Amino acid sequence: MYRYDQYDQNIVDTRVAEFRDQVERRLSGALTEDQFKPLRLMNGLYLQLHAYMLRVAIPYGTLDGRQMRMLARIAREYDRGYGHFTTRQNLQYNWIKLSEAPDILADLATVEMHAIQTSGNCIRNISSDQFAGAAADEVTDPRPWAELLRQWSTFHPEFSYLPRKFKFAVIASDEDRAAMRLHDIGIQIVERDGTFGARIYAGGGMGRTPIIGKEIKDFVPVTNLLSYLEACLRVYNRHGRRDNMYKARIKILVNDLGAEEYARQVEEEFAAMETLDIDPPLAEFERIAGYFAPPAFDANAPDEVDRSDPDFAVWVDQNVKAHKQSGYALVTISLKPVGGIPGDASADQMDVMAGLAERYSFDELRVTHAQNIVLPHVKKADLYALWQRLSKAGLAEANLDLISDIIACPGLDYCSLANARSIPVAQKIAKRFSDAKRQRELGELKLKISGCINACGHHHAGHIGILGVDRKGTENYQLLLGGSGAEDVSLAKITGPGFDEAGIVDAVEKVTDVYLNARTEGERFVDTYRRVGMEPFKEALYG
Amino acid sequence: MADFLHFRDDAPHDEPAVTLDAFLGQSNAGAVRIESGEDVRSLLPHLSRIRLIEISFPTFRDGRGYSTARILREAGYGGELRAEGDVLVDQIPFMRRCGFDSFAPAAEVDEAVLGRALDRYDHVYQPAADARTPVWKLRHG
Repeated sequence: MYRYDQYDQNIVDTRVAEFRDQVERRLSGALTEDQFKPLRLMNGLYLQLHAYMLRVAIPYGTLDGRQMRMLARIAREYDRGYGHFTTRQNLQYNWIKLSEAPDILADLATVEMHAIQTSGNCIRNISSDQFAGAAADEVTDPRPWAELLRQWSTFHPEFSYLPRKFKFAVIASDEDRAAMRLHDIGIQIVERDGTFGARIYAGGGMGRTPIIGKEIKDFVPVTNLLSYLEACLRVYNRHGRRDNMYKARIKILVNDLGAEEYARQVEEEFAAMETLDIDPPLAEFERIAGYFAPPAFDANAPDEVDRSDPDFAVWVDQNVKAHKQSGYALVTISLKPVGGIPGDASADQMDVMAGLAERYSFDELRVTHAQNIVLPHVKKADLYALWQRLSKAGLAEANLDLISDIIACPGLDYCSLANARSIPVAQKIAKRFSDAKRQRELGELKLKISGCINACGHHHAGHIGILGVDRKGTENYQLLLGGSGAEDVSLAKITGPGFDEAGIVDAVEKVTDVYLNARTEGERFVDTYRRVGMEPFKEALYG
Repeated sequence: MADFLHFRDDAPHDEPAVTLDAFLGQSNAGAVRIESGEDVRSLLPHLSRIRLIEISFPTFRDGRGYSTARILREAGYGGELRAEGDVLVDQIPFMRRCGFDSFAPAAEVDEAVLGRALDRYDHVYQPAADARTPVWKLRHG
């Protein structure tokens, strides 16, 4: 994985000093909260319902054991002993003191981490495929491209006061594990005539107006990528709406102009920019790519797995995926135990995962947008020992992509924007379906919960989505069906009137019953929905 | 404390700036003011005889002026480029990078804080409208 050189380290260290200066000015009263807000937001520090929340960047979701241990240490020293992994592959601490935030950043900087641009109207953390560098279906590792974007976007002087936040995702396979087309700009690395280039999608997003990103350029070579993206951002910065924050994302601009017209304007800017020497030489990309060379796999690692322990076999079938290297596997550690908070991990669990990564996965971990953790390079021969250790730490839930593998935002338990709680609804649904056999019988079912219209819990992209709203002072939950954030991307539709907290759990059960009765061989929930349509589900819910 | 900050060898140009419409209509003015929503590209044919372009920042959140400034510098404009309005001290380093060399903030700027902010970063990741060398160039010579 990428390692900082003297320049990267210098920039991050300087950021710590700068933020310390800004916090001191705030604490002394030299800055009002209004003046301080954009500064702290540019550094991932939010004022939430009960305390400050600090969002730490985990670029493209990749980290090593040393970094995970630091996240654990910070959770213990400055928070309440846990952290929350987010849908953008970051980590949030919920109980932070403003006066201690600079010390946390200083600690993070010692392990090449930061919180730069994890909030604010700027280019956010670049997200990617959690299986990058290991997936059997990728054409190349997308992370060098993501790291190139990370550096380019860090403290970009022109694009730090955009109309609204700006999110990139980069993938390099046809299977989309990063909800790429629901990002402001989604990039798929493709191969053409023996070279790699970026296929660019623009104007995707969730929030209150969900839109699927549209292709605006089929192939941009790496040596033009940054100037092309600079053109994309400039058109948005100049023409994106600023009169209404709910219409300020690039998806509204692209939708209003039409993707073709937006692409034409980008081309016009790009023609001028190409000549400005904005793009680093290929050697810089190659320098970065060198850090992502495959680890020293054992070519003779055996491919067989001893499945004699039935509980282990269940976990292997659910949470272990094919690796491109024979004898190795991709392991997803579920952070979704029944009754737990989706995406939360205790400091002790973080330490356990760090140790397991060091021992079994070439010292690498990944965060997934579904709020789980991946050990990307595990020898099949080590799977049983790994599973036993995960079991001891409460980390062996065999529910990847099942109904209890729920994406949920922090909701009204923490978030100042929320209208309704998300966590208790997630917990109740997981409990209702806690019978592991029943979950497996239901098969792949992506359930996603947001506590407000901003859609941090990706409800538009859920096979089953739940949106919490405030209805005359009480929490009410709308049910949506048929969304997907994957390569079969689609937006979920609302079934009808909402439900109270108990009612939404019953409603989820009813729609799964409809599915079980209607499905044909091999159909997932979302496939059946697409085939039979909304009516049978509506009938069961409201008929 | 100063309410006017200037980073040029020549003196601040004190001719009152006319609006973009007025400039394009009569065009013998040497100073023009661009509102944040206006398309600065209509000025490009006239740059050689303009001595001051003032770009308005109605609120610090409105970042259009950063692009406006870079477009002007990329087109070869060498005159005074002034940021006027809700310009905060912590934004001035980015504005300098986008080509602004003159500032008229609505609220007073603490010069000590500004000095620290401008000197702070030894390195930048990307080229812009200033002379700073991006780290990729340092890495590869």
